[in-house]
Amino acid sequence: MRKILLSSIILLAGLTFLARLSYLQIFSFSPNQILEDPAIKAVYDYPERGYIYDRNGELLVANQPAYDVMVIPGEVKPLDTLEFCGLLGIDKEHFVEQLKKARIYSPRLPSVLVPQLSKEDYGRLQEKMRRFEGFYIQKRSLRYYDTKSGANVLGYISEVNPWDVAKNPSYSAGELKGTTGIEKQYEEILRGQKGVKYIQKDRFNRDIGPYKDGALDTLPVQGQEITVTIDKYLQEYGEKLMVGKHGGIVALEPSSGEILALVSGPSYDPSILVGRERSRNYSKLHYDSIRKPTFDRSLLASQSPGSPFKTLNALVGLQEGAINTETTIQCFNGFYVGRRKRGCHCGGGLRDLHSGLYRSCNAFSAGVFRRFYDQFDSTGEAQEAWEKHMKSFGLGTFLGYDLPIGRPGRIPSREYYDRVYGANRWGPTYIISNSIGQGEVETTPIQLANMTAAIANRGHYFTPHVIKKIGDEDISIPKYTEAKHTTIDKRHFEPVVQAMAEVYNMGTARWLQVKDLDIAGKTGTVENFTRINGVRTQLTDNSVFVAFAPVNNPKIAIAVYVENGYFGSRYAGHIATLMIEKYLKGDISRKDLEKRMLEKTLEHEYAKPYSGQPFKINERAW
Amino acid sequence: MGWVNIYSTAFDESNPSIFNFAALYGKQLFFVGASILTIVIILGLEANFYERFATLFYLISLVLLIGLYAFGKTINGATAWYDLGFFNLQPAELAKMTTALALAKYLNDIQTDIKRFKDQLYALGIILVPSILILFQPDPGSALTFFFLIFVIFREGLPLYYLSIGVTVIVIFITTLMFGTVWLAIGLGLALGLFMLLKKPSFRISILPISLRYIAIIAFSLSVDFVYDTVLQQHHRDRFSLWLRLEKDPKKMAEIQRTIGYNTHQSEKAIESGGFFGKGFMQGTRTKGNFVPEQHTDYIFSTVGEEWGFLGTASVVIIFTLLLLRLAFLAERQKNPFSRMYGYGVICILFIHYFINIGMVIGILPTIGIPLPFFSYGGSGLVFFSALLFIFLKLDANRMNELG
Repeated sequence: MRKILLSSIILLAGLTFLARLSYLQIFSFSPNQILEDPAIKAVYDYPERGYIYDRNGELLVANQPAYDVMVIPGEVKPLDTLEFCGLLGIDKEHFVEQLKKARIYSPRLPSVLVPQLSKEDYGRLQEKMRRFEGFYIQKRSLRYYDTKSGANVLGYISEVNPWDVAKNPSYSAGELKGTTGIEKQYEEILRGQKGVKYIQKDRFNRDIGPYKDGALDTLPVQGQEITVTIDKYLQEYGEKLMVGKHGGIVALEPSSGEILALVSGPSYDPSILVGRERSRNYSKLHYDSIRKPTFDRSLLASQSPGSPFKTLNALVGLQEGAINTETTIQCFNGFYVGRRKRGCHCGGGLRDLHSGLYRSCNAFSAGVFRRFYDQFDSTGEAQEAWEKHMKSFGLGTFLGYDLPIGRPGRIPSREYYDRVYGANRWGPTYIISNSIGQGEVETTPIQLANMTAAIANRGHYFTPHVIKKIGDEDISIPKYTEAKHTTIDKRHFEPVVQAMAEVYNMGTARWLQVKDLDIAGKTGTVENFTRINGVRTQLTDNSVFVAFAPVNNPKIAIAVYVENGYFGSRYAGHIATLMIEKYLKGDISRKDLEKRMLEKTLEHEYAKPYSGQPFKINERAW
Repeated sequence: MGWVNIYSTAFDESNPSIFNFAALYGKQLFFVGASILTIVIILGLEANFYERFATLFYLISLVLLIGLYAFGKTINGATAWYDLGFFNLQPAELAKMTTALALAKYLNDIQTDIKRFKDQLYALGIILVPSILILFQPDPGSALTFFFLIFVIFREGLPLYYLSIGVTVIVIFITTLMFGTVWLAIGLGLALGLFMLLKKPSFRISILPISLRYIAIIAFSLSVDFVYDTVLQQHHRDRFSLWLRLEKDPKKMAEIQRTIGYNTHQSEKAIESGGFFGKGFMQGTRTKGNFVPEQHTDYIFSTVGEEWGFLGTASVVIIFTLLLLRLAFLAERQKNPFSRMYGYGVICILFIHYFINIGMVIGILPTIGIPLPFFSYGGSGLVFFSALLFIFLKLDANRMNELG
């Protein structure tokens, strides 16, 4: 017993050790832990982000260098603080405070002392830098915008948040990624691939040479440049026209679905979200709760389309045989829903398809709508047929364009009304407002533009998109190059197109004619409401205009939505024809009209609901 | 004598990987030379020289230990070294050897009867005097190693009763810390009750002593909290709580791993990162980065773990186990009781170093700073460990000459 006591203890200890060691080294061991190893630092070599060009090869977005002044507190020697602060353009208290912060972070590791110096500041500093030990300048790459517009569609880049890092292992903290718009959508292409160098560190985090002599290091892959379908000058012009107005403009090329301009008003200069002032500017934009400049109205503003929607209802009526081009409907300066009369501005009289559309007769559209519904055995079936037709124009869906945000709008379904009114407890009179694009129907400006493009093409459209080229290669993405056909036969489009051309020649938009340019369009004047202190209050009508031109060989289809702009021909119509003229002719012949649009703002309208005073709407005077 | 090879191979494979710079490496090589010289001298001297002068050696080392208080050099807060210019001499290392010798000589004395309480006290005194001197340097780790020499006395007849009390005390201390007195009382009560129910009727035990012991254990357990909270200092408590994983909150645990548990955490991580095969000689990233503090001394084993993997660490453990078992076998075959007792002393000293050091490095024992024999950097350590071992070998080699 005594003889083997010690030996047993020795054996026991040995076994315990082996058990613990096998636990540590065999069970807890995970082979892929190079990044968890505190002794290895991965230093990333960031490639330059790809440039963005417009459809004509004009530069939109490039990169610019910025210079961070870095400090390693432990290496700072006594210096002429005054001179140094003078060079950097900071005051001494700030300098001392920053230095203290850096020292608290680490005396041995570099910290940013002054971020993102401009080129000019850098120039002054550069030659004197060597006199200040412990400081050095680190170059970084920022986005440079060669345009003052397109902020909503181009998007911006910002630092990844912890959630991004957790979701996508190719990001690490502090890196930049596209957060909105094209920058986000084409992030993978623009970003390229970062290279990595593994550095061996000691416990003070100092570099002590490459890990395994760089055997695992990789080189960065440059980001590719992309060409987008946006027309830089059209976009800029659109934003100029939208100054002081809330709303959206979407211009498409009907033959391809390319987005020529995607304007959201009010907008902002994309450059303000770059550099030292970025966060201050962002807060300013973000907290502007009245103008909401970061809210892309061209993609997100889901509102009643108004009269432009009448064209679709007419098409559906034609397709289903509810009317033909000869059908006439009496307008009593309005129409009756049961015993209630709903108004109309067209002047009254017998209306057929042609005059009903170009004069935007409410009674005609309501009549078509009712005839369509009456053809079916039940309202529910009619609603299903109607919904199918409407959705074939891309309404009520996200459309599938290549930008990261959107709204589906609303094409109410049978189930929707069953839910609201109870199954089979509703009829066409309940939803008659849909006939004139009010009621439950909602669309976004890009959907309106797409719908217009489908009419312009007489029955098909291409999914709107902004990507044109990646690197030097034209895109060949089936989603964007294959036509989507509507459920309406091609032959039914011509009479509707003719009526839309008449809108411009002698209808509601006859004031807006451009010499030598035939445009087909449709105005919309949309009643809208808001809640002020819980009271439903009507605001000045929204001004809507959809158009395409030239009528027989459409090069551009456009939808303009100006909130509280009153008549469709007033703001939206002006802006739409100016945009078309700008795009097709290059310059504007109607200088007075242009001047008016550039100068007029609707700020007074937008101030009304916030004024706390009773206010008038739909004022005659401009 | 297979273990001599083992000894030297273990030595060679670990040493070059320890050092980043030539100075430490060169010095250690010098000490290897010095050790070999010492070994030659030891083997050259007559075997009974050691027994004869054991008392003298012991006294010399006591004087040296006392002298430290006057002339010692302070490193890392412990005044444990004499500055001899080129290197620092640590008399505690010498004392380990001489104490083993003195103890063996005393126990071998014809007049000593270890069953007698007075002689037990004397034997204990031989161990305690140097350890107390070292304790106040302060170097509690080294002091602790002396206590293990008690096993030599056990081998020679000290009643195992002492041992069982000691073990019980430690077990109660730990279980109280981990589970609290109430659970200990309940658990123990249940175990006793179960035992009473299941025992053979013929196996009779009296209730009273059992109950008294039960009460004594509970009373001791109750006092543990008091001792833990008042007698021990905060850094001791931290080490205990780290060792027994008393802290359940993962956030606080992470905090502890960054602060007081930094050494252990880093060394565990380094060993873990080695995996089964290790990162390869000189490829240990954490070793190169100096992440594990005191890695060339107390934490040398983490280098083995990182660079040589499980193969390396398991080999070291197995080699040490075999070495110690071999020594135990050798000790048992000694005809001369002095040699046997000294042999046990050697085993005890080597074992306690190996056990506490590796246990600490792999995180199953609280942090106690003592070196790993033959691995850790340290001049006096290496020389004296060699001396310790080779004196026994000399004695062993000499056993044929002894009279049966």
